[in-house]
Amino acid sequence: MIELGHFAAIVAFALSIAAGVTGLMSRRPAAGLFSILGFAAMAFAFLTLVFAFVRSDFSVQLVVNHSHTLKPMIYKIAGTWGNHEGSMAMWCLVCLGFGAAGAIILRTGNEVFEARTLGVQGLMSGGALLYLLTVSSPFLRIEVPPLQGESLNPLLQDPALAFHPPLLYLGYVGYSFVFALAAAGLIEGRIDRAWAKTTRGWAMAAFVPLTVGIMLGSYWAYYELGWGGWWFWDPVENASLMPWLIGAALLHSIVVTEKRGSFAVWSALLAVLAYCFSILGAFLVRSGILTSVHAFAVDPSRGMALLFGLIVFGGAALLLFAIRAPSIRGGPPWTSLSREGALMGNNLVFFVATLTVLLGTLFPLMAEGLGRQMSVGEPYFNLTFTPIMALALVALPVVQAWGWGKANLSSLTKWVGAFAGVLVIFAILGVGAFDIALFAGLGLGLGVWLVGGATWEIWRRAKTWGRLWQMPARVWGMTLAHAGLGVFVIGAVVETSARFEKTLDLAVGQSATLAGWELTLDDVQSIEGPNWYADRASMVLTRGGTSTVLEPEKRYYPASRMPTTETAIHKSGTADIYLALGDRRVIDGDVRWTFRAYFNPLVDLVFIGVLIMALGGLFSMFSLSGARRKVGSKTPATTKPIEAPS
Amino acid sequence: MRARTRRLYVFSIAAVLLICAALLVVFAVGRTANLFYEPADLAEVGLPDAGQRVKVGGFVEIGSLEFLADAEIRFSVVDGSTYRIPVSYTGIRPDLFREGSGVVATGYFTEADVFVATELLAKHDENYVPRELRDMDPGVT
Repeated sequence: MIELGHFAAIVAFALSIAAGVTGLMSRRPAAGLFSILGFAAMAFAFLTLVFAFVRSDFSVQLVVNHSHTLKPMIYKIAGTWGNHEGSMAMWCLVCLGFGAAGAIILRTGNEVFEARTLGVQGLMSGGALLYLLTVSSPFLRIEVPPLQGESLNPLLQDPALAFHPPLLYLGYVGYSFVFALAAAGLIEGRIDRAWAKTTRGWAMAAFVPLTVGIMLGSYWAYYELGWGGWWFWDPVENASLMPWLIGAALLHSIVVTEKRGSFAVWSALLAVLAYCFSILGAFLVRSGILTSVHAFAVDPSRGMALLFGLIVFGGAALLLFAIRAPSIRGGPPWTSLSREGALMGNNLVFFVATLTVLLGTLFPLMAEGLGRQMSVGEPYFNLTFTPIMALALVALPVVQAWGWGKANLSSLTKWVGAFAGVLVIFAILGVGAFDIALFAGLGLGLGVWLVGGATWEIWRRAKTWGRLWQMPARVWGMTLAHAGLGVFVIGAVVETSARFEKTLDLAVGQSATLAGWELTLDDVQSIEGPNWYADRASMVLTRGGTSTVLEPEKRYYPASRMPTTETAIHKSGTADIYLALGDRRVIDGDVRWTFRAYFNPLVDLVFIGVLIMALGGLFSMFSLSGARRKVGSKTPATTKPIEAPS
Repeated sequence: MRARTRRLYVFSIAAVLLICAALLVVFAVGRTANLFYEPADLAEVGLPDAGQRVKVGGFVEIGSLEFLADAEIRFSVVDGSTYRIPVSYTGIRPDLFREGSGVVATGYFTEADVFVATELLAKHDENYVPRELRDMDPGVT
């Protein structure tokens, strides 16, 4: 069975190369057909892998290493991509999937452009498959099949993490198609409004799942790891943040290209960079050249192959870019104080912020080049990334009202006054009345400023209640994305500056206090699950008249000989009370248990804010599909580029 | 505005932003970068100043892990050299932390030459070895 899958993957490789060759020879129907067939072959190959996991076929090396008969079915299936080889198979599947989707959906009225896009996508799929088949094949058999597998790392046996990789890969690899569109546009020397309109939809199709995928990973880290935090500025996290930042910059720049024809070269560069950063991320995560708290066992030789791929595709794209960029036309003139200027500012900030993350992430490597072993952590990012982004967030509500070409600045003083007012109110709140830290107050102010700004902007456009509901989906998308960002900022700043934690050391019957709650250890019991056994504590929380029980666990998974911490969280509306169970210890004949207790105010807003942002992206995508239908019924979608001196 | 003036504007704003960011990065690195030491390094160059944030790494010496009152744990970090680093940590130890396992700890040395760890590298996978420890021999514990 698995041999059939292996064979299908080889067929998919051949079909990808065929799509690449026919595509670059401008044969649209052939390239489309090869793309679709290639995806079908890869889908079959992937299904044989899933099937091997479902049946616990221990003659397959990958299943032996990452599965176990006692594992619940959902984690048997998720185990397929919960490891290096399987996740690379998923990378290939998504890459070919986007090619097939492009073959079906992409209708721009310019067949040569479409063919070249599919061609570039085919070559990249071929590259990914070559990597899969040569250095990280998931299809290998084992000579003497064991009776039992070594099981999936128990930390990954979690619903959020079952769906985290597929979404993340839809995002990372989704940018491969954006890359292909940019490459095809550059080959043709045509990066114009029509190109931007097409590409924006695909960029959004990658951005939305990437956003949700990062959110799920962060949420998993929050409740599964027992460290109380949701972002650690770890290389693995930064690897996902960099393509996200570049993707966000791209969405803001490509709007200008779509509406005005300006920033064409810059948009094409970002479109290329987004996928380069995705591969760079894969390289950093898989090669193990950086020490990461989220790292799993790694193999440096695979890293080298990824680096090689990055250099080949990134280098080719940048070369193409260098040749073609001078001949691409710009849009009509604009002044610095205009929507173009504002979006240029947005892009500068996002780009510089990405560079600071990149520097911080690669810093250990650079230091080692200079002969020192050094690293930077959260304090570095708080000093660089945070203030740079804060700059953009403060400006956002003001500049989003600016018009194309030249802004009307008559209300600027009102905006400055409004911002000062919001800040003063929350600085006062922060210092005194509500007993929250100054930074929490300022962060709350900034978040409210963003949510208020987003609301004000859509109201300014609609002017009446009736028209509010008739605003284009695209405007709603922008409003939701910016409001979601505000909600996120409120959650992030308040949680980071006002959370606190406490280590408890209790015997059964003893109590401690945390944030006004009284925590009493009622009992600790031994329990057993499908493939684990555990100590489960029951801690009674009381505050005023209310009372609840939290049951954190320390699990042990015998199949992987590994303990895990299962946290317990009580949501009190405005804050989480978060408990992790630690060691059992005997001190002077007394049995005592260690707990880590956290008070995390408004932490839910972090995740909800990000989801609202993703929802905004979905709205924006709806507007595109609607627009395409309308355009299709009247004229072909080849919008004429605006003729203008650059 | 003429295209050239506009370009000049954009470039100068970009340049100012980049320079500010670069200064910020240099400042942040200077203030927050953590040097990494193995016991062998400390034997050679002596301890860093008390209170300075650094990282240390090596293996948890077998037989050195002690549980004290108030959730404190103590252990020694060794790497086969003559020096062993006494470490104190308060809180829950990471799931994969045990005697004989590799460890990378962030924290500071006290006047009494005890390393107070504020963070222990918690890995997700038995087989993962942090890059700092890859050249060390686990047999030294």
